[in-house]
Amino acid sequence: MTDIPAPPIVQESARSLSMRRALFRFRQSHLSMLGAALVILVLVIAVLGPWIAPYPDHVAGGVDTANRFKPPSWGNPFGTNELGQDVLSLVLAGTRVSVLAGLGVVVIGTLVGTLAGAVAGFAGGWWDEILMRISDLKLTVPGLILAMAVAAALGPGIVNMVIAISLSWWPGYARLVRGEVLAKKEEVFVTAARAIGASPARILFRHILPNIVSPIVVKMSLDMGFAILTVASLGFIGIGVRPPTPEWGTLLSVSRSYMPDFWWTAMFPGLAMFVAIFGFNLLGDGLRDVLDPRARR
Amino acid sequence: MIEIENVTKIYPGRRGMFGEQPPVTALSDVSLSVRPGESFGLVGESGSGKTTLTRCILRLEAPTSGRIRFDGHDFATLSPAALRAMRARIQIVFQDPFASLNPRMSVHDIVTEPMLIHRATLGLNPRAQTERAAELLDLVGLGPQYLHRYPHEFSGGQRQRICIARALAPNPAMVLLDEPTSALDVSVQAQVLNLLGDLQTRLGLTYLFISHDLGVIRYVCDRMALILRGRIVEQGETQAVFETPSSDYARMLISAMPEVAFD
Repeated sequence: MTDIPAPPIVQESARSLSMRRALFRFRQSHLSMLGAALVILVLVIAVLGPWIAPYPDHVAGGVDTANRFKPPSWGNPFGTNELGQDVLSLVLAGTRVSVLAGLGVVVIGTLVGTLAGAVAGFAGGWWDEILMRISDLKLTVPGLILAMAVAAALGPGIVNMVIAISLSWWPGYARLVRGEVLAKKEEVFVTAARAIGASPARILFRHILPNIVSPIVVKMSLDMGFAILTVASLGFIGIGVRPPTPEWGTLLSVSRSYMPDFWWTAMFPGLAMFVAIFGFNLLGDGLRDVLDPRARR
Repeated sequence: MIEIENVTKIYPGRRGMFGEQPPVTALSDVSLSVRPGESFGLVGESGSGKTTLTRCILRLEAPTSGRIRFDGHDFATLSPAALRAMRARIQIVFQDPFASLNPRMSVHDIVTEPMLIHRATLGLNPRAQTERAAELLDLVGLGPQYLHRYPHEFSGGQRQRICIARALAPNPAMVLLDEPTSALDVSVQAQVLNLLGDLQTRLGLTYLFISHDLGVIRYVCDRMALILRGRIVEQGETQAVFETPSSDYARMLISAMPEVAFD
């Protein structure tokens, strides 16, 4: 009884206090803060990219053949490409498509997958069978091929591409969430909640799902990288976003034939991808440390 | 208070690839009644059906046959809404205080949750709920300063006190105590038992105390029953059972008890 020193009595509500504590713990970790900073930077560029690009007409598809393959300089910090376009402008403008499409894929995949997995694991029986067989079916088809087929069927466009990738993305979350829900369902605190008289919805959303947030967040942070890469892959093979709309994968795809002599045309879009993926991974790790009180360092 | 009449619970067997598992009879023809305000002890070894009985009482599982009536209401015939309201009246404290608290909820949220679920019957607004949670923590010997802590910050005894506070939150008439002290250190056991005794006198609670520890039962309970492989083998006043046991099983258990002086 005496091992915990009595803290001062606080007037604050429990929720705002725990939020403040979470923020404090998050700020204790330099890597988490770096991740958050990178993610914020990437998101800001995603929103403002086309307006802060130094050569807006290049973003719109304008060419300047007199200045092809200029190495990085003060005028063009990332150099120019085979059409004389400023690579910095293209990378900045391409952030929007790459990151927001990746984000869209992960968010849709998580929402659909978590809902399906939670219902399957919690309700069991026929719901479980139906939802899991559908997700098995999805898993038998390689994701990229499915995305290609769906994207081809829906027609080109960023929204269609996001839908296409999400369709192949949710089963991973569904299986993860179902397994976690099945495990948590047997916990004594869930039995305790049932004995108190909690409704099934309350048990699922208040007791089970909050306890499986960390694996979902970790998977989301890792997937954010994969999703950006998948969007880029579709661009790379020419199904997703097409030039002249700038997108990291497309930029990389076009410039691969100019390596290694004109390295800057491939280097900087790749570096942008690296920074974004690195930032999301660090942020994910930091969030997990904060969201899971037991995994705290 | 609670009448258990001829309750039988059979878990169906399973037919698998490698032969059959026979059905398991967890409870057979169990009858007992607990009177208002008393502590009724239920003693049995592991696997004797004690926990199955609590699950049937709480209606987490339906008995195969027989009736369980609480305050004259048969749980089996209540509508889901009425059953939920009824659950405020009968609460449980589990054996393992480390598993029975949601690690993602603060003590405040844990203790106010029953009040939130039963706000229709209790009629407490959020502010009153927080105040009552603080009172309850006081009542179980923790201070209101612990409201915003999380379960992992507490020791076993403290967690069990939180579980007791949660059980008391909806103003129950009866509390099931499913081996509430067997996961605790001996010194902490005594504290928790004294707390439970205290609360019973102050709040007029009825206890169904489940244990495999005869010493604890003798210390706490007015009446008791012995359960062996799903059957009640002996039932009566605690003192009478200890002094003049009528069944072989009771005699065996009592003779196997270490001699400890209780005063």
